Amino acid sequence: MSRGPSRVLRLDALARVEGEAAVRLRLRGGEVVAAELRIYEPPRFFEAFLVGRGHTEPPDLTARICGICPVAYQMTACQAIEAACGVTVDGPVAQLRRLLYYGEWIESQSLHIHLLHAPDFLGCADAVEAARGHRAAVERGLRIKQAGNAVVEVLGGRPIHPVNVRVGGFYRTPSRTELVPLAERLRRARDEALETVRWVGGFDFPEASFDGEFLALHDPGRYAIDSGAPAVLPAPESREGRRSFPVTEFENRVVEEQVPYSTALQSRLDGRPHLTGALARYALNGRWLHPTAAEAARGSGLGDPTAGVVCRNPYRSIVVRAVEVVHALEEALLIIEGYRPPARAQVAVPVREAVGCAVTEAPRGLLYHRYALGPDGAVTRARIVPPTAQNQAAVEEDLRRQVGARLARSRSAVGDGELVALCERAVRNHDPCISCAAHFLDLTVERE
Amino acid sequence: MTGRVVVIGVGNPFRRDDGAGPAVVEALRARGTAAAVLAVSDGDPGRLLEMWRPADTVVVAEALRSPAGRPGRLHTVRAERAASLAATTASTHGLGLAETVALAAALDRLPRALVVHAVEGADFTAGVGLTGPVRSALPALVRLVADSVRAGQRPRPPSGGVR
Repeated sequence: MSRGPSRVLRLDALARVEGEAAVRLRLRGGEVVAAELRIYEPPRFFEAFLVGRGHTEPPDLTARICGICPVAYQMTACQAIEAACGVTVDGPVAQLRRLLYYGEWIESQSLHIHLLHAPDFLGCADAVEAARGHRAAVERGLRIKQAGNAVVEVLGGRPIHPVNVRVGGFYRTPSRTELVPLAERLRRARDEALETVRWVGGFDFPEASFDGEFLALHDPGRYAIDSGAPAVLPAPESREGRRSFPVTEFENRVVEEQVPYSTALQSRLDGRPHLTGALARYALNGRWLHPTAAEAARGSGLGDPTAGVVCRNPYRSIVVRAVEVVHALEEALLIIEGYRPPARAQVAVPVREAVGCAVTEAPRGLLYHRYALGPDGAVTRARIVPPTAQNQAAVEEDLRRQVGARLARSRSAVGDGELVALCERAVRNHDPCISCAAHFLDLTVERE
Repeated sequence: MTGRVVVIGVGNPFRRDDGAGPAVVEALRARGTAAAVLAVSDGDPGRLLEMWRPADTVVVAEALRSPAGRPGRLHTVRAERAASLAATTASTHGLGLAETVALAAALDRLPRALVVHAVEGADFTAGVGLTGPVRSALPALVRLVADSVRAGQRPRPPSGGVR
């Protein structure tokens, strides 16, 4: 075991994460005394900013929280406001919403896989070095991502911060003819995404395991993205069974608390750190992946998702994301195939004084919105719980465990440089969208 | 193939001074800059790479973070140096403009010419509105971008750059 003076490691600029954050590690001899992930959080600003706005405005305003997942914010805001007004959107309009959401999944997951996460496995400093040494893979990733961009552009009206989404549906729905070129692009991307699953499945994965609870949206029969209820897969050693709860219970179960070192609130699920995102979805819903995606998962070393296999190694999340891209592409193609333009692009949403909430699966995990509306439809209260803020405590636990295991394996002192690299990888495994939950990571190591 | 002139305002208007790039594009749109493609970007590399073709001239308006700098000071950087801005551009995402330029170079996807006009910002926290020094510098930043657009539209020898 590593002996020596105590130290504090501070990582001040974590590259390749979406946004800005900092890690502070306090070490005493071979032990990790504290691991703190500090993030700076815009949703808090948006919650205050939304008060007094009309009930039609949150989808467009909250879309600005993040350039990577604006659709997730729009979809969740729409559903929460529709819930407050007692309206359910279904049929072709709901299908089109899902198609738009899959577009964002394809974009976001492909970006993370090829440009942010893969360099860690290739021994490259960054995406630029990866592009020099693995050009074909990086170009493939960009093409897959661009297929997702195209979906968002066609349905959303423009590539970033879509403008075609509104409470009740869309301003305009596409014709079948408009979707034909999109389908051809998605089919090519699906073949390339299968190639990516094979590519990332062949990476070397360090041993690691997240032993806490997983939280994902659960809707038996489908790999839930925008329907169902939050469900929990207990920790491996727990005697509890799976449980789920209605979305109206979300804030009682996922309780946020202020920590002094971060402007983002930290959440705990029933008092314990939990993980939301790709690994949680795969564990709870893997049996309902599209057959092509399930087949790709089986061939990638993840095991058989239709048999309920659970992957707890955060490093392998890159493979799960790649499988999810195949799933999103196949589902998007099915929606386009069955699409008949609706008579109306939106349903009427008559306003009333009420509170409504909703959760959907953003690429990084569960995203929760709640709005209280006054009699005139103005927002009187807004609450947004992004996935990265939920994962913060679990990421800290992962940092403690991984750094602790590394120190325990070594007879001599482990240098700060190696610990910084380890922490960066550990954080990137969880694809934190720190611009949602709040800009680059700073790492401080304090050795006492 | 004759290339276009593409103006890209990079930044996030909900991050105060990071909104300088989009504000330049808005100003050009209001005055009806002819024959240039006007676009805004949050700095996402995949989408940025899609915004230009090899024959294009690209003019970028952007905010810079310079801890010991002077808010409102203007900088002009050309493609060959743009990649060295990694530590200073104010993108709210892990890969910003500088990395995108370096990535484009690695993938042989640089446009024919690329010039970045940037203003040093003071405040990149969540919120709307530019700070005083950046707001005051905006007309000069718009002029620099408009000059580069005009220079890019003039016929020039294949190796010609943009002012």
